[in-house]
Amino acid sequence: MQVVQDVVCTFCGSVCDDGEFDVEKKKVKKFCRLGSSKFSEKERIKAPMVDGKEVSYETAIEKAAEILANAKRPLLYGWASTANEAIRLGVILAEKLGGVYDQCASVCHAPGTLAVIEEGLPGATLGSIKNRADVVIFWGANPAEAHPRHGLRYSISAKGLLVKDRKQRKVVVVDVRPTKTAKMADLFVQIKPGYDYAVISALRAIISGNADVLPSEVGGVPKEKLIELAELMKSARYGAILYGLGVTQSRGRDRNIENAIKLIQLLNRTNRWVIWPMRGHYNVVGAGEVPAWEAGYQYAIDFSRGYPRFSPAEFSAVEVLKRKDCDAALIVASDPAAHFPAVAVKHLKQIPVIQIDPFPNMTTLLAKVVIPSAVYGIEAEGTAYRMDGIPLRLKKILETNYWTDEKILEELLKRVEKLKG
Amino acid sequence: MIVVELISGRTLDQGATVEEKLSEEYFRAVNYVGLSEEDFKSLGLKEGDAVRVSTDFGEVVVFAKKGELPKGMAFIPMGPYANAVIDPATDGTGMPQFKGVKAKIEKTDEKVKTVKELLEAI
Repeated sequence: MQVVQDVVCTFCGSVCDDGEFDVEKKKVKKFCRLGSSKFSEKERIKAPMVDGKEVSYETAIEKAAEILANAKRPLLYGWASTANEAIRLGVILAEKLGGVYDQCASVCHAPGTLAVIEEGLPGATLGSIKNRADVVIFWGANPAEAHPRHGLRYSISAKGLLVKDRKQRKVVVVDVRPTKTAKMADLFVQIKPGYDYAVISALRAIISGNADVLPSEVGGVPKEKLIELAELMKSARYGAILYGLGVTQSRGRDRNIENAIKLIQLLNRTNRWVIWPMRGHYNVVGAGEVPAWEAGYQYAIDFSRGYPRFSPAEFSAVEVLKRKDCDAALIVASDPAAHFPAVAVKHLKQIPVIQIDPFPNMTTLLAKVVIPSAVYGIEAEGTAYRMDGIPLRLKKILETNYWTDEKILEELLKRVEKLKG
Repeated sequence: MIVVELISGRTLDQGATVEEKLSEEYFRAVNYVGLSEEDFKSLGLKEGDAVRVSTDFGEVVVFAKKGELPKGMAFIPMGPYANAVIDPATDGTGMPQFKGVKAKIEKTDEKVKTVKELLEAI
């Protein structure tokens, strides 16, 4: 029986690196339900396809290159579930094509990026949080369902160097509903949807000694409870706010995060506090970091003028599609047909779409060219950034005939360069 | 008919089936709306009944389920059903408002569309 040790999971942003993979049974041990499903066998796209007809990789890539080279302004979107090596080629391709590069964060954690541009990011690695944080606040985040092993490895019951166990760590959940994570918390603060900004402002007022200006209730939370939370925050030796999409996808978006960073700055006058997003896909950080080191921006980048311009109001995928501002799309390792608002999907249905993905999904149903790829971390190796920006090497543990995203994009780039001259 | 504040988000079932979007399991993981017990009763629903969820941005028929939610709040797992009704406005950030949309919910005899039918209807 061959068992591969220290397998790296390519599902969520926690990127657990302690799996054990039984090569014969094709089963993974130690991982959560999400990780186990990632490593289980499932339906694949069988072969490259053009207009639903099976073709060779070469033919599909040739057709894809033709579509992209003839487009005035293609959208290149996805990238959160592939390796940095592939993302790098995607950014170069976007530049060659004069297209738009955008990635999954634009419908996930990108508002946090806007806040970080304004305020900076007092952050930490997951290792630091595990070893030091005696107060952890999950704000609009539900790791019990989205990052199931995060609590065990880093933030709730994790055994750290200085904070040794669950008893030495206070866990708080701020959410609009009693989530599964809320049930594990020492303190649950239920707020009204869309009131994150107001509640953060109230905490800032209390911590800066102005509790008297507050009304008896803010955002559905009684003043006494807010004071209790503020006191707990002030008592921390090392505190961490780990926020989720509850903050970035609701009213206030980037401004909520900006206000939360200001709260952290205030707390850092007396204590050590950090704030960090609970990133979703395993390499969504890479989908932002790689274009940042290639072109200076993390997402919503337009290359149509020959140099990179960043403007989420114009160049984020949802805005581009809503305005019908792209005439072709390359979708890599993502499924916008399932995850974009219907009005954006409508334009995607009207333009030629090229999909590169291991698995059939809703975007496959509308794609003109479909190119199946190998699964990173299982059938292909590469590099990914964990949610805290730590790069991890993804392993190849099974052989496959599928091409990697990197190889497909390399070939695509060569052909585009030839056509573009 | 009731008026609720609609949110969408991840669930374990949604996550575990997200790489099998055309499967029955994914369909089951994302095709429902969770309601508080009180709201569920006030609509005269039983498990497995369908409801029409309508907002200023669209409407969709989904199954109704009791969920651990405050009265007046509804939850649809992230995915194509939620995205038929959420607010696509991004206020210049690129991020649609996936959470916090006013929605009307009413009982219906209409069929819940499959993932494919949903895409065809867009």
